Amino acid sequence: MPYSEKRIKELEHIAKRIRYKIVQMISCAGSGHPGGSLSATDLVTALFFNVLKYNPKDPNWPDRDRFHMSKGHCCPLWYAALAEVGYFSADTLNTLRKLGSCFQGHPDRRTPGIEVPSGSLGQGLSVALGMSLAARIDKKAYRVYCLLGDGEIQEGNIWEAAMASAHYCCDNICAILDYNGFQIDGCIKDVMNLEPLVDKWRAFGWHTIGINGHNMNEILEAYDEAKTIKGKPTIIIARTIKGKGVSFMENVVDFHGRAPTKEETEIALRELSS
Amino acid sequence: MELLYQRDVYGKALVELGKTNPDIVVLDADLSSSTRTKMFAKAYPERFFNFGVAEQNMMAAAAGLASCNKTVFVSTFAVFATGRAWDQVRTSIAYPKFNVKIVATHSGVTVGPDGATHQALEDISLMRVLPGMTVVVPCDGPETYDAVLASVKHPGPFYIRLGRDKVPTIENKGEFKLAKASKICDGNDVAIIACGAMVNIACQAIKSEALKKVSCRLLNMHTIKPIDREAIICAAKETRAIVVVEEHSVIGGLASAVDEVVSENYPTRVVRLGIKDRFGQSGQPQELLKEYNLTEADIIASVKKALV
Repeated sequence: MPYSEKRIKELEHIAKRIRYKIVQMISCAGSGHPGGSLSATDLVTALFFNVLKYNPKDPNWPDRDRFHMSKGHCCPLWYAALAEVGYFSADTLNTLRKLGSCFQGHPDRRTPGIEVPSGSLGQGLSVALGMSLAARIDKKAYRVYCLLGDGEIQEGNIWEAAMASAHYCCDNICAILDYNGFQIDGCIKDVMNLEPLVDKWRAFGWHTIGINGHNMNEILEAYDEAKTIKGKPTIIIARTIKGKGVSFMENVVDFHGRAPTKEETEIALRELSS
Repeated sequence: MELLYQRDVYGKALVELGKTNPDIVVLDADLSSSTRTKMFAKAYPERFFNFGVAEQNMMAAAAGLASCNKTVFVSTFAVFATGRAWDQVRTSIAYPKFNVKIVATHSGVTVGPDGATHQALEDISLMRVLPGMTVVVPCDGPETYDAVLASVKHPGPFYIRLGRDKVPTIENKGEFKLAKASKICDGNDVAIIACGAMVNIACQAIKSEALKKVSCRLLNMHTIKPIDREAIICAAKETRAIVVVEEHSVIGGLASAVDEVVSENYPTRVVRLGIKDRFGQSGQPQELLKEYNLTEADIIASVKKALV
């Protein structure tokens, strides 16, 4: 059942605000990874505003759903989302990557709401698996969501975790793949092809859902479907656009890991506030 | 003299801990028979997970479990625990200071016939370099038990290095205190600082006819990190030379830890007895100890050399 147009519009509006903050933060820091932060914004916005159960006033609430961003370099998105839902004020976001900041260049536990560090790619799905097994031991109903990058899944560790999550029938795990098609050195298909990707995950025992990662209705329905899958983990393979939302960043690999200049920032923020 | 497998003691200790502490979870990577985590698996199957031959996944999953307030014991051979999954241990376990206890077996050349690929000679070094990682090398069965219990009481990441072979129980070594060397015998000519199975061999050397006239101090340096600086500085001040004995590379292990303390505080002569920048090889444990100069005779020769 499609979500109401009003709800979709609300979420799209929040996503835009988060994108604005991402660009602002990275610009202020003078370095960072805008491309992949912007490509995964809609996926993470939907998660934080429509799916996850949590309490910013009680970050250690035992029944909270877990979210882990395995592609840690996109943490400006995580920080902006956590600020937006009230874990902390957005006022200090611009200290990103500066000495003494609780917003490190890659995620760390010093940020309220972040439970496990990431940044060295390929470890996050294993972390999610550990959280999932803890829920089993404690007989808890929480779910575990893990955002993966497409370049990231070239790491062998991911496939170890994929195999084990299916072996242990972890149906409380929902991985989300931000499939924007680019990595630092260029197009994924040229650097190290991932296809046939759906076949790979299915062969590893996962339920797969393919969506357009910028269509809010498709995103919400995918999260709903994932909750209904029993006996196996689910991966949402979301086709996305790197740099989504800023015209001159879209599908430009250079913006994987470069901050916008002052002029570029002005244009980007103008686009994101229109 | 009582001979025990440290891993048997470990397995039993886990079962005992599991009985009273429901937060203890144990992970292994297809070596649960060898590491003896199988004992825990049998007693508490709902809190044991076999990861198959996938150490990287196991270490990062341990972090996930620890983030949910579990005390996670992770076991495999020392080469794989520290080498294969080092980045997972660094980023997902040590950096967030998680309560993960890595208990690795089959360290050193006494692994024997399996040869170089399975003989961890670098693991102390690899773990010691990680901020906040406690590193303990028990010398015998009872000390293994003490170290495992201490690891649960001590919050944060913890590495325990065990061997493959049976080791004799060392008498009169005193109470195990984390980060406090135990003085097995006192003396003022030379201080032998040893860890693991080398402690017993050092005991034999000290009792030998050849060293009858030498006043030897023996420190069982079971905790490599944090190292007992005080005991080392005292040894440097009160004896004429220090001999370090370890079944590990002389680069980065106990010898390096001792050197660091001595050179900064009270420079004195340190003779290092360990693996001299070589890989291991196949052979029987006793043959290998001889090949790598880790016998009673080698310790005697080193003590004499140190006193020249």
